[in-house]
Amino acid sequence: MSLALHIQHLHFRYAENTGVIFDDFNLEIAKGERFGLLGPNGAGKTTLINLMTGVLKADKGKIDLMGKDIRTDEKEVKRMFGFVPQFYSFYQELSPVENLEFFGAWAGLNKQEIKQRTDELLEVLGLTSVRDKAVSKFSGGMKGRVNLAIGVIHKPSLLFLDEPTTGVDVQTRHAIVEYLKELNKTGTTLVYTSHLMSEAENLCTKVALMDAGKLIVHNDLNALLTSHPQGGLEGLFLKLTGKSYRDS
Amino acid sequence: MFKLWTAILKDARILIRDKAGLAVMFAMPVLLVVVIASIQNSTFQLVNDNKIPLLICNRDGGEGSQQLVVALRKIGMFDVLPEDSTLNDKQLGAAMQKKDVMVAVVIPNGFSQAVQHKAQSVAGKALDELGIEAAKSDSSKATGEVPPVTMFYNPVLQESFRYSVQGALQSAQQFTENREVLQALYQALNNAKLSDSLEQSILNNRSAIRQIPVARNGSIVIPNTTQHNVPAWTIFAMFFIVVSLSTNVVKEKLSGSFVRLKTLPTNYTLVLLAKQITYIGVTLAQVVVIFSLGIFLFPLIGLPRLNLPSDWIGLIVVSLVCGWCAVSYGIIVGVFAKTMEQAIGFGAVSVVILAAIGGIIVPAFAMPESLRLLMKISPLHWCLEAYYTLFLEGGHLKDVLYSLLPLVIIILALQIISLIRLKRQHLI
Repeated sequence: MSLALHIQHLHFRYAENTGVIFDDFNLEIAKGERFGLLGPNGAGKTTLINLMTGVLKADKGKIDLMGKDIRTDEKEVKRMFGFVPQFYSFYQELSPVENLEFFGAWAGLNKQEIKQRTDELLEVLGLTSVRDKAVSKFSGGMKGRVNLAIGVIHKPSLLFLDEPTTGVDVQTRHAIVEYLKELNKTGTTLVYTSHLMSEAENLCTKVALMDAGKLIVHNDLNALLTSHPQGGLEGLFLKLTGKSYRDS
Repeated sequence: MFKLWTAILKDARILIRDKAGLAVMFAMPVLLVVVIASIQNSTFQLVNDNKIPLLICNRDGGEGSQQLVVALRKIGMFDVLPEDSTLNDKQLGAAMQKKDVMVAVVIPNGFSQAVQHKAQSVAGKALDELGIEAAKSDSSKATGEVPPVTMFYNPVLQESFRYSVQGALQSAQQFTENREVLQALYQALNNAKLSDSLEQSILNNRSAIRQIPVARNGSIVIPNTTQHNVPAWTIFAMFFIVVSLSTNVVKEKLSGSFVRLKTLPTNYTLVLLAKQITYIGVTLAQVVVIFSLGIFLFPLIGLPRLNLPSDWIGLIVVSLVCGWCAVSYGIIVGVFAKTMEQAIGFGAVSVVILAAIGGIIVPAFAMPESLRLLMKISPLHWCLEAYYTLFLEGGHLKDVLYSLLPLVIIILALQIISLIRLKRQHLI
């Protein structure tokens, strides 16, 4: 099995005197998968994504993306993956075209490639008519699509999505999920986090449930749903993580 | 290079669309330099061209006090209002307020007699020293202290201005006393009154004082309010970009753009470099705009024209270094601030404080010793020193290196601290 992501013996904490977030954490994600990383608030999903994308540095352990070590082959690895953060992480004063021009250049594309990809993405994501308008005037759904377009402008082999449909309407959510499925068909591996279990059921082929920095379940979606027929993924989630509030 | 260009373009676009930020960076300093230069110019003209209304209450009425009034009129600094000897102190205060007079002088009763006695005593002592027997001198008369002349002033009168008035008063008083001594000596020696013409030629033979500004290039261009204010407030404007730049950095941190950039195959220091190039461009644009105002607008509104230094390379280098220092300061404020409110509040207030201790608001020579030490940590002080060397002293690039070196050290320190902080925040 060819791996898109391989985490071995990961150890991490934010600072010397703070609690350990991950201790001997291991995870494998095969190429071409649509992988859902699920868990309650404070489970460590966003921290794990930040470690996988190189935003944070692990204290110990090894993270390989598409067979390359993120520490030693950082630049090469960063060209291969894309990242769609939870929040609208771009410049709201700029238009979609201007944002894509900037982030495309910084992802390593040349002027011609940027223009071609910008036209393609704006068309697919229904933003052509507002391509030159300031994003600050957009609705949440439109901003969500701009956020996604920036993450995939350089055609990454592996795409990390941290709650990509937060704050968007049903239509946009549907469009984003469908676009991601199409993207996956072209060979892009998806690593996706969300609190929306129904969306995860719709999108993912494999899921991992994690809590307090540990993997509780890691299996094919169909196998999990077969073993827990009642309540679906949400029922399984509540059964394994409990019903108490996670306000941390 | 393409990455750097897109980043510069990105920051320039954000800047151009921030109308409030542009107003703070351009309209505010332009307004400030015009207003301050106009006010200082009118103050300069008030002191030099206009006379200060002076109310005199002569409660003595003798010859000495009359001479003092004449001397005060002759100084040329005052517009002496008609005397009124009947006013008491309370009435004098009311009269000052009614006539909008800032200074009033009360010559006490017995002033002339006391001055005369003092003069005779001094003359007698002088003759004794010389071994001359005074013919009809009255040197044996007992002498007491001359009762002090009282100066009333409005509390709004600035201290430095009050000292000027006090100096003028003392000069007039000295003139009156000297005249009495001269009269007494002449009377004692010649048993006759000193003639008016001789008195005038003796007392009014003061030599003129020529004022020459010392310039490094040997020129004697007289500095004016424009030469002082335009460079000073240009520096203030440059550093005021801290408001726009620091909020730009904070916004990038809070929006997650920083984090997103960290996942891309590039180094964030390149983003910071692009930001610095863009904002240094802004500071240079400020220099061009404000200096152009000094050259073209000021003469149209009755202010002296700005004369640019002869060393253009020196002017460009100084402007670049000052701009870079202002940008470095903006970056560090943005890096440390957690919210935009913090960046705006701290940024704006700190620049005003640095301007105050740096000699922009109050001249450096007028500062107390303790503040003069503190002044050296203000980058605005070194910027001002460098500009003044070029604008007021006619200096060249080699003359400003002494001021540029501390600026370069400050820039390096600010940049290194910013990078360390970003590293600790996992942002680079």
